[in-house]
Amino acid sequence: MNSFITSSIGKKAIMSVSGFFLVSFLCVHLTANLMIVVDSSGEIFNEVCHFMATNPVVRVIEPVLALGFLLHIALASWITLQNRAARPVKYARSNQAGNASWVSRNMYILGALILVFLLLHLWNFWWKIKFAGDPLLEEIEVNGVLVENTYALVSGLFKTSVVYCGLYILGGVLLGLHLAHGFGAAFQSIGLSNRVWRKRWAFLGTLFAVIVAGGFSIIPIYFLLGLGG
Amino acid sequence: MPDKILKELTLKIWRQKNAKAKGGFETYKIRDISGGTSFLEMLDILNEQLVSENKEPVAFDHDCREGICGMCSLFINGRAHGPDDEVTTCQLHLRRFKDGETITIEPRSSGAFPVIKDLIVDRKAFEKIQQAGGYVSVTTGGVPDGNAIPVPSEKAEEAMDAAACIGCGACVATCKNSSAMLFVAAKVSQLALLPQGKIEAARRARAMVAKMDELGFGNCTNTGACESECPKKISIEHIARLNREYLKAKLQE
Repeated sequence: MNSFITSSIGKKAIMSVSGFFLVSFLCVHLTANLMIVVDSSGEIFNEVCHFMATNPVVRVIEPVLALGFLLHIALASWITLQNRAARPVKYARSNQAGNASWVSRNMYILGALILVFLLLHLWNFWWKIKFAGDPLLEEIEVNGVLVENTYALVSGLFKTSVVYCGLYILGGVLLGLHLAHGFGAAFQSIGLSNRVWRKRWAFLGTLFAVIVAGGFSIIPIYFLLGLGG
Repeated sequence: MPDKILKELTLKIWRQKNAKAKGGFETYKIRDISGGTSFLEMLDILNEQLVSENKEPVAFDHDCREGICGMCSLFINGRAHGPDDEVTTCQLHLRRFKDGETITIEPRSSGAFPVIKDLIVDRKAFEKIQQAGGYVSVTTGGVPDGNAIPVPSEKAEEAMDAAACIGCGACVATCKNSSAMLFVAAKVSQLALLPQGKIEAARRARAMVAKMDELGFGNCTNTGACESECPKKISIEHIARLNREYLKAKLQE
């Protein structure tokens, strides 16, 4: 079984499964985030955040999620290095653009940009919520329970900085582009594709990419338009 | 209608003395050549020109010149087998080029396909992958009757689509990762789809993938560039099947 991890198909299968895991996280994250737009008082969002911060299952999954990210990044780096080494003499002229989409050829670069965004995002919110704290997070009472005012932290960032709004929209778009190829490719890599399903995955991948890019971008746009509480 | 005559073509050709030498581009001119000339015929004409000038002719691979043997290679203007889809270099004609155009001709190099001389690359790596498991073992007995082993027609068709692979290496040349997955997928598929090949399917998938990795081909990243340049239009659906066969085989281990 050890030859599985070093084999090209094994590596891609692990990329695929870790990718699916990250996709499932994105679905939960996006659903929680959209509560910001659903309820301008911020009560629902604060309740969701409180649940996520206190639920034991979520607490257990959090480090697993971090491992999922690390695995996905480490394997991507390994694959990319091997692939670069596989052609020592580069072509003088190459029609890569005519053969395959830009996104499919630049997944590693997109992934790296998403990682930069992720670190910024963790510093903006996760770090403050978990460790550093922030005056905006002062606890408020929602339905008789004291919860951290995460909504105030989010709205505080987006209402005061157009630059951050732009960066978060960009982050959403980068994620969408990564998924536009990654979603269908993940099914292909574990062999779950054929003549019929190939087109379906391509369609669902594009749809999912648009939902993720649009869904995450809605939040900064919402505050840019002055709709947030 | 007679073919038009191209007054002048500039050829930028990769020249490399041997596997160890450092290669580089040389520029040549071809004048007054018919658009009906095939690409390889043009190289023949160029070589006659070079020989008459006491220069070393350009070495390039060719054999049947009918588009079925998989011997001709070349990376022409950034594309394996040149600008046409679904044809090999030998089936490409000069009418596809404009008068006065500069044509860049490179060997299809990758780590696993090193240059031997000029435009010739060593594609023995494909043979080695085939030898690792791209066959059906028949140790005894005669050829069975054609209808003794029933094969559903759609499976037969799919296997035939995969078997159309001529092993030219355009997939490796085109892939940004120099991955041989389309080739291996075609060879694994054509046998895995048929009852005779199913028996050894697991061992075959394991052995051929292991050999492919060992020979230094890159990892597939599902860009699909291979199928768009394959002269036989082998689909990456076969790569999905290879992934499936390999994962299944590994689970059985």
